[in-house]
Amino acid sequence: MIEPRILEVRTKILKKNDELARDMRRRFTEAGVLVVNMVSSPGTGKTTFLRETLARLVARGEPCAAVVGDLETDNDARRLAESGAPVRQIMTHGLCHLEADMVERHLEGWNLSTLHYLFIENVGNLVCPTSWDLGESIRLALLSVTEGEDKPLKYPGLFNTADMAAITKIDLAEVCDFNRTQAMAAIEAVRPGMRVFEVSAKKGIGIDAWLDELAERRGALGYAER
Amino acid sequence: MHELSIAHRVVEIVSEHVRAAGAASAAVVTLRIGALASVHEDSLQFSFDLVREGTPAATARLVIVAIPVRIWCDTCGREVDLPGIQRFACPACGTPSGDIRAGRELDVESIELVDSSAGVSESTP
Repeated sequence: MIEPRILEVRTKILKKNDELARDMRRRFTEAGVLVVNMVSSPGTGKTTFLRETLARLVARGEPCAAVVGDLETDNDARRLAESGAPVRQIMTHGLCHLEADMVERHLEGWNLSTLHYLFIENVGNLVCPTSWDLGESIRLALLSVTEGEDKPLKYPGLFNTADMAAITKIDLAEVCDFNRTQAMAAIEAVRPGMRVFEVSAKKGIGIDAWLDELAERRGALGYAER
Repeated sequence: MHELSIAHRVVEIVSEHVRAAGAASAAVVTLRIGALASVHEDSLQFSFDLVREGTPAATARLVIVAIPVRIWCDTCGREVDLPGIQRFACPACGTPSGDIRAGRELDVESIELVDSSAGVSESTP
């Protein structure tokens, strides 16, 4: 009779990613750069919102940069570069999410300590990016008024890992019969107490409140301004 | 299909442990997957079958233990399991809570090994 040999492994499956992300977060904090990981479905308007965010930060004299993940094409990087901020494209070639090492590789050559903000635009997907920590300080989940108010209930895994949410294309709310109360209730149900920004990149609505919040979060990194 | 990436890591972890333990292969691999991990069990099983060929996990049975979300309820003063993941509020009293105590797991819990000698003796009548 042979006793089966059972190893109690208790290992995190994404341990390597988690460890690298932790290192990166430490480096970001030491450099005084606030890192935001932006996650949404395709078509929510991540790129337009990010372009407006970058352009306004540039105008405020705040050094910022972005890396943008996409399955194919570098169209988004070109659109974002119109803001005047340095932008790099991460082409995932079919992979549905970004992983920490992909982000790290694309930061090479950038002096992080000269940056105040770094944005990571994830691949358009509300499921797959959930479990991959990219070393961010803030995970922003975005939802547009054209998508349906119950989206947070359909993708609770992702919304629950978010630190903040943004409702985009708010200027179209009326045309789309968007029910704001329902959307807010759905977000509140899956992530009680989460801060929600209602924004329109096109009309410039809500962007300043968002930037002010970022400034506050950056101040709270525990980093002394040079 | 991020389950493919996850399956790759699982097979890597299993292979490392089988080799380190001096065993021949793995018979059973047990995972703990939280309800909030955004992992689809069938997709993970399918992906695991795809990527394990030629590895020490090639004939292993994959067991997935599903972990429900557990929150801390301030009103009840205890941890409670949620029946789903769409409402982060205490099922008993209704108090909302974002204080999550379990449900994000994505772990290899255990590996049952097959020793080289075991394989031989089992085939002996």
